[in-house]
Amino acid sequence: MRAAVLSLAAIALSVLPAAAQLVDPSVKINEKFSERIDIGISTNEIAIASDFSGTEITVFGAIDGADELLLSTFAYDIVVALEGPRQAATVRRKERVAGIWINRHSISFEPIPASYSMSSTRPIQNISSMMDLAARDIGINNIRLIPTGGIGDGSRVSEFRDALRRIKQSGGLYQRDPTGVRFISKSLFRASVRLPANIPVGQHEVRAVLYKNGVFVMEKAIPLRVVKTGLEQFIYNSAHSYSLAYGIFAVFLAGITGWLSSLIFRKD
Amino acid sequence: MTIYLPIAELSVNILVILGMGAAVGFLSGMFGVGGGFLITPLLVFYNIPPAVAVATGANQVVASSVSGALAHFRRGTLDIKLGVVLLIGGLAGATLGIQIFTMLRRVGQLDLIISLLYVVFLGAVGGLMLWESVISLRRASKNQPVSLRKPGQHNWVHRLPFKMRFKRSKLYLSVIPVIMLGFAIGILTSVMGVGGGFIMVPAMIYLLRIPTNVVIGTSLFQIIFVTAFTTIVQATTNFTVDIVLAFLLMTAGVIGAQYGVRVGQKMRGEQLRAGLALLVLAVAIRLAFGLVLPPDEVYSVVSGSFGF
Repeated sequence: MRAAVLSLAAIALSVLPAAAQLVDPSVKINEKFSERIDIGISTNEIAIASDFSGTEITVFGAIDGADELLLSTFAYDIVVALEGPRQAATVRRKERVAGIWINRHSISFEPIPASYSMSSTRPIQNISSMMDLAARDIGINNIRLIPTGGIGDGSRVSEFRDALRRIKQSGGLYQRDPTGVRFISKSLFRASVRLPANIPVGQHEVRAVLYKNGVFVMEKAIPLRVVKTGLEQFIYNSAHSYSLAYGIFAVFLAGITGWLSSLIFRKD
Repeated sequence: MTIYLPIAELSVNILVILGMGAAVGFLSGMFGVGGGFLITPLLVFYNIPPAVAVATGANQVVASSVSGALAHFRRGTLDIKLGVVLLIGGLAGATLGIQIFTMLRRVGQLDLIISLLYVVFLGAVGGLMLWESVISLRRASKNQPVSLRKPGQHNWVHRLPFKMRFKRSKLYLSVIPVIMLGFAIGILTSVMGVGGGFIMVPAMIYLLRIPTNVVIGTSLFQIIFVTAFTTIVQATTNFTVDIVLAFLLMTAGVIGAQYGVRVGQKMRGEQLRAGLALLVLAVAIRLAFGLVLPPDEVYSVVSGSFGF
């Protein structure tokens, strides 16, 4: 009898956070499991200064209510991904026309993360089924690429998708580290996520997903802003908000530089 | 040592950029050209988005042409009146050029057109200059007099109406071809990010028969204003002028130019023209290979604010 009351209370308690989750899109929970994942980063803002050449952020996290036995048999897997702001992308394909290579075909895709850096406890294909990973947009090959507008006969979409992923990877914007998440104690883990030098500015999102024996348990996301700082921010803002003054100043600076050099190096 | 370019939105090696600026400045000082036709392709080879390379190249040329034009002004080898007439055409051409630039960028053919224009113009100008300078060099080695301008020899250009007197150039010339030339160069300035000196100088010498001594100063004078105009319009319509990149390039460029001028003064005119011709041809051939050879990656991705 007493046990029943307790379990009722437990249900009531678990319903409450579930209701709260409806208004919090950053958390997704598989109610079948009691384990919870939580993450934190030392900063919610990455500043791009003039000497920025890429960086690495460390995400700390913990699994609450983890089963000791399962932990020791490595049944828990974690994927941590930093997703950049979404931008529309157009892929163009060059073809040889009259001896020269020109852009002929193009396919536009609905906004995709401008950058994607993922770390996991294991290669993700060993963590869960491709179907489950794809449904949750986990992994470079599972980022949804939905063509917009005219795509012609559609037979080439997959080539264009592959090209988009390939170019994003070769440019360092999409990357993965299949051993980047490490447990530092029984339930505490640390994930290193690399940020390339050409990381887009804007609102990024750190997503952490917990799997248990290949089954989704919980996902938690926290925002991370990537901003230009000081002079860089000022220049960027000026160029966009006061473009006329910015242009005039650029010319003025060039004029002064030219004038000064002709004074300094003047041969009398 | 890296520096983050706020408009190009990427980190570059500051020494590479300074080296590029100094090398191009050296060559431009040696040959008396703005150097835009070298800096823009170099920046593109170094992964700067072409749209940024073109706009920033124009900004950099402002500095080198101010420096050069002032030197010519002091020496009295600058025909301001002729420059102003060229400028009228130039500003009109630049206005049209920016429209073409924006349109090409939207349809995704900007890099192709920039490369094609470079190959065609650099190839043609380089080829003609090389041919001319080889003939001059041969003549010089046979101790025959070398002259570029044959006074009294007139062509169809000199039969056009609306004539005007240009005292400094000792010319009585129709304004139509002058404005047309300025207009054509203006388009090239805004589409290619160059000053256009490498086309303007030969055109003024061979087509308009303007005396060689005022040609460089006058073309530099008008280039200042057309590139300044292009910079401002690019800044307001495409937001692609990277002032950090431009400043690095122009600082290294004006210093490099001083050494270039010194080396240039020790060389003979025909040698200089042959050297410039070879340089121009080399850039044209490099770009032509890029158009003809199968690219490593036939796909390209456009996202965010820049097209490339």
